[in-house]
Amino acid sequence: MSIAPETAARVAKLARIKVEPEALPALAAEFNTILGFIEQLNEVDVDGVEPMTSVTPMRLKRREDVVTDGDRQAQILKNAPDAREGFFAVPKVVE
Amino acid sequence: MMGELTKLTLAEARDKLRAREVTSLELTEACLTAIEGAGALNAFVHHTPEIARDQARAADARLAEGDAPAMCGLPIGVKDLFCTKGVPSQAASRILQGFLPEYESTVTSQLFDAGAVMLGKLNMDEFAMGSSNETSCYGNVVNPWRRGNDDTALTPGGSSGGSAAAVAADLCLAATGTDTGGSIRQPAAFTGIVGIKPTYGRCSRWGIVAFASSLDQAGPMTKTVRDSAIMLGAMCGHDPKDSTSADLAVPDFEAMLTGDIRGKVIGIPKEYRMDGMPAEIEKLWADGSAMLKAAGAEIREISLPHTKYALPAYYVIAPAEASSNLARYDGVRYGHRAKLAQGDGITEMYEKTRAEGFGHEVQRRVMVGTYVLSAGFYDAYYNRARKVRALIKRDFDDVFAAGIDAILTPATPSAAFGLGEMQDADPVQMYLNDVFTVTVNLAGLPGIAVPAGVDAQGLPLGLQLIGRPWEEGDLLNTAYALEQAAGFVAKPGKWW
Repeated sequence: MSIAPETAARVAKLARIKVEPEALPALAAEFNTILGFIEQLNEVDVDGVEPMTSVTPMRLKRREDVVTDGDRQAQILKNAPDAREGFFAVPKVVE
Repeated sequence: MMGELTKLTLAEARDKLRAREVTSLELTEACLTAIEGAGALNAFVHHTPEIARDQARAADARLAEGDAPAMCGLPIGVKDLFCTKGVPSQAASRILQGFLPEYESTVTSQLFDAGAVMLGKLNMDEFAMGSSNETSCYGNVVNPWRRGNDDTALTPGGSSGGSAAAVAADLCLAATGTDTGGSIRQPAAFTGIVGIKPTYGRCSRWGIVAFASSLDQAGPMTKTVRDSAIMLGAMCGHDPKDSTSADLAVPDFEAMLTGDIRGKVIGIPKEYRMDGMPAEIEKLWADGSAMLKAAGAEIREISLPHTKYALPAYYVIAPAEASSNLARYDGVRYGHRAKLAQGDGITEMYEKTRAEGFGHEVQRRVMVGTYVLSAGFYDAYYNRARKVRALIKRDFDDVFAAGIDAILTPATPSAAFGLGEMQDADPVQMYLNDVFTVTVNLAGLPGIAVPAGVDAQGLPLGLQLIGRPWEEGDLLNTAYALEQAAGFVAKPGKWW
């Protein structure tokens, strides 16, 4: 399969990374090299094989459904590029 | 005297501290001086001398009271991937510029509880994505080793390149690393030191900036196998804050270093004999096998039939997980936010922030991951890769069930290469560096790199041993026997 610059543009959009139009052909070429390498996986017979979900068979631990942490507003906002009145501030989302 | 102190191993320094022959503050000052004089290596990127001196004084007080836990007073470096409270922790990325964690990673917190002294944060590939330390926002690390009298700057490997260079150059006694596809073992091999990636789940991932969560593990990078045993014991253990952390007792790894490997069965996987493998690597591997045999182990040829598919599977799974993990860098909660133009909305903010904040390799992997997870391709790429991963793990399960105790392979396909040498190669060429190590992450197994010789140009070469899950103690003991037999003592000549 070959990736066209338009597909590269769609992937960049999905990944929320701005890519200038003139950079798209080179990006598509890199994707093609990597995907060409990945294509080898099609040689493997995977019939009846379950996709791995966890490398070590383990049951996730359970705990009481109670609040164990919180009330850290100042700490959580401390690294924000823009925080106002106890909230993260972002550009206008709704017109 | 000062220079000599930094050359000590963890074990030697610990014994001198406990015997009160040296203080932690003296050791720490010696390391701080060595770091100051080693700017040319670009290994330490955030210096924390005040924290180090405070921790050293506290350790000396503990030692005076006869309370000397495993790492008490021992100065170490910490990879920039670990969140350290109030200290820059930016995974060598511009996108985390200025980020000061409000919390401490579990691993560093355990090391500090055990008395360790933090000298500073160590350079690495951005988000641990790279094999040469050339993707860092801080610039390359330079390997303290050189080819003979040639002054070409070589890579220390990656992604834990700063950790490897700092330990090899005696700037610190040991360092933390992390390993997603070989990021502890490949740089350890390139710099002539020891590095172990434990079984997935041994070390808590809490507070370590995530790359690929099903593959990431922390581990020690040290001068000797004994030091790895000491430091690993302090780093691992169950942590309720990481749901994949194993609730298993941590044995005394150091006590298990007897050097006796008589009767152990060592597997030599035929699929690791790659076309075009340099003769020196082939010889090193054969020599290692002969050493283990001479120490009383039985050597058996084994087959791991899906080895060839490990790298392609990795380059689906790791980018897929990365694209998901790195979605959090959106310019809202922490780190960099792009300056916006008039009329820019939230989408432009995300897109500009991530384009400015992520380097080229990180962008590429995030986008590859996005692609393989996108509608219509999820089954063809991601699910298929996870099935192949199950087969790779089954290969290992089968040989262990057949009685193999450990597997011996080369650690890397070559010695350290020159910085910039791979610049024009396509990305897949760089990925091939991890060909011997990546299987171990996919199968969740413990793996250790041990320096075993030098090439014709005097550069270190390493061998890798792969162990059964949760049997790091036994693996370390086999590595100890190999280390003793190989007798690797070479050190880089100081030029920096």
